Amino acid sequence: MIVPFNHVLVLAGLLFLMGIFCVVVRRSLIMILLGVEVMLNAAAIILVGASLLWQNLDGQAIVLFVFAIAAAEVSVGLALIVWAYRRTGSVDPENYNILQ
Amino acid sequence: MTIYSIIFYLLAILILVTTALAITRRDLVHAVVYLIFSFFGSAMLFYLFGAPFLAVLEVIIYAGAIMVLFLFIVIMLKVETGGERLFPLSQWLPAAVCGVVYLALGIGLVAADPNSHSPLKTARAEPAAFGQYIFQKHWLSIEIVSLLLLVALIGALLLARRSKKPSAQETTEGKL
Repeated sequence: MIVPFNHVLVLAGLLFLMGIFCVVVRRSLIMILLGVEVMLNAAAIILVGASLLWQNLDGQAIVLFVFAIAAAEVSVGLALIVWAYRRTGSVDPENYNILQ
Repeated sequence: MTIYSIIFYLLAILILVTTALAITRRDLVHAVVYLIFSFFGSAMLFYLFGAPFLAVLEVIIYAGAIMVLFLFIVIMLKVETGGERLFPLSQWLPAAVCGVVYLALGIGLVAADPNSHSPLKTARAEPAAFGQYIFQKHWLSIEIVSLLLLVALIGALLLARRSKKPSAQETTEGKL
């Protein structure tokens, strides 16, 4: 036996909170994307833990899809950041006020 | 307290500390490097939880591909990070109170749930068995995800292409 399942839940919950903190507080688009990655990683940890608890491979299968979606999200997100940087010369979301 | 639980707690502390360091760094390169350490810890956690294939994928995709992409963009864009300002204290306080209340509620909920006290048994999903399971039960999802990756590739190519039209900055700062 390793640990009770609720310790895994608490670990993943703390990681997810750190990701939310990074997304909300930091004022840089790159750090916001990093926060989303941390949140996806916390979800992957809890899915693998649940897969071990119920001895079911479905949790690990979903983690595979989470990896693929994270890769797609980060490639499109970073391309959007580069596009916005060419438009405004900044990665601070406060400076994106072209529509005003 | 078996050897597995000691390894789990050490890995948990390592992951939490490196992630906390990563999200508070002002220098983006330092943040990305700390996050690579965090993802290595997660990969070892996956191996401990009996998913060796996913541990390998975590190192290759997260710590390898995604973080190198972030590092590439950070170096390419020449972002100035000194002037990043945080929220004033009057906006901090409600957010901190709400966060602490949700954290306490979540931990209480997890502690009160009788099902979640059941200990995890060590097991291992061999990569071959995992691959057979994936392609037998989830072949349609695999096809959809591969299509999604193709769409993301084309979308990133289209977004990163330099447009022929003058950009908004040039029109506002130029002749207009």
